[in-house]
Amino acid sequence: MTTRTKLAEDTWKRMDKINAELFILTYGSIVAQLCNEFEEYAEVNKQLDRMGYGIGTRLVEDFLARTNIGRCRDLRETADILSKVGFKIYLNITPAVTNWSADSRAFSLILDDNPLADFVELPEDGRAQDELWFSNVLCGVIRGALEMLQVQVEAQFVSDVLRGDPATELRVIFVKMIDEGQPINDE
Amino acid sequence: MSFLLVIVGPADEPLYQLEFGTSRSGGDGTARFREDARPMNQFILHSSLDIVDELIFKDAQMYMKTVDRFNNAHISAFVTAGNVRFLLLHDVKNDEAIKTFLNDLYELYLKTIMNPFHEHNAPITSSAFDGRVRALARKYL
Repeated sequence: MTTRTKLAEDTWKRMDKINAELFILTYGSIVAQLCNEFEEYAEVNKQLDRMGYGIGTRLVEDFLARTNIGRCRDLRETADILSKVGFKIYLNITPAVTNWSADSRAFSLILDDNPLADFVELPEDGRAQDELWFSNVLCGVIRGALEMLQVQVEAQFVSDVLRGDPATELRVIFVKMIDEGQPINDE
Repeated sequence: MSFLLVIVGPADEPLYQLEFGTSRSGGDGTARFREDARPMNQFILHSSLDIVDELIFKDAQMYMKTVDRFNNAHISAFVTAGNVRFLLLHDVKNDEAIKTFLNDLYELYLKTIMNPFHEHNAPITSSAFDGRVRALARKYL
């Protein structure tokens, strides 16, 4: 396992970096603008997921080009690579992989330190606290990236510190392996 | 000792207001202004804005000490780079504590405006901000 961590660390060092505040403020203004444009927070979540899907389908190519990691044998390996290498080289965080379901088809990523949500306080209009998943773009990225690797998953947030929950938890559920030849639904 | 804090935006509109009293030496944190004096306090602060505006160009520091006096009330001011003014009306001189208080308030203010959901120069309605300002007041004043 330490070879993966080392690979991640080395790849992270070679990546070009962007100023964190610029990145966070850009993402924050995207979410704020979406909230202004759409009445329902559920719709905002969906838009963020779609944006993430577009990012993920393209990001996975960059990921494979940089890390040259081979095929994962099972979901556990996928989860491990996702958290130790994937999140590490793009966001410099390593979420913990926990809460495996009994049949090993679902797991949770616990983000202790979510850079997208720095400085953010959800609007106090009574609905944002219950309906908005601020970092929902990450769900789309995971779904899009894995779909390009023929693995279909569902990803959604179950808790978020911005809502007052104790931790930020993202649940990833394996649906099926995609057969060759299915058209990719690039919305 | 009672205090009135007002945060004023660049167009002289009030963004946040808090009345509180000292928590030191047995005080319970509630303001004790005389009832008839309370509406006057806001006028006093408003008129001190003129003085603050004059002093902005004379002094390059963000924290100005006491800028004005009215009867027995002192007004201290802190001006940010975006021309947002923190005005504190108080009846005792306590420069050190007020300076630290206003500086920490400045940091809280910065975090608030970094929030993507905060409309620029809108009144600050976040209850989290309010709670933190009160905690700061209890800590320093």
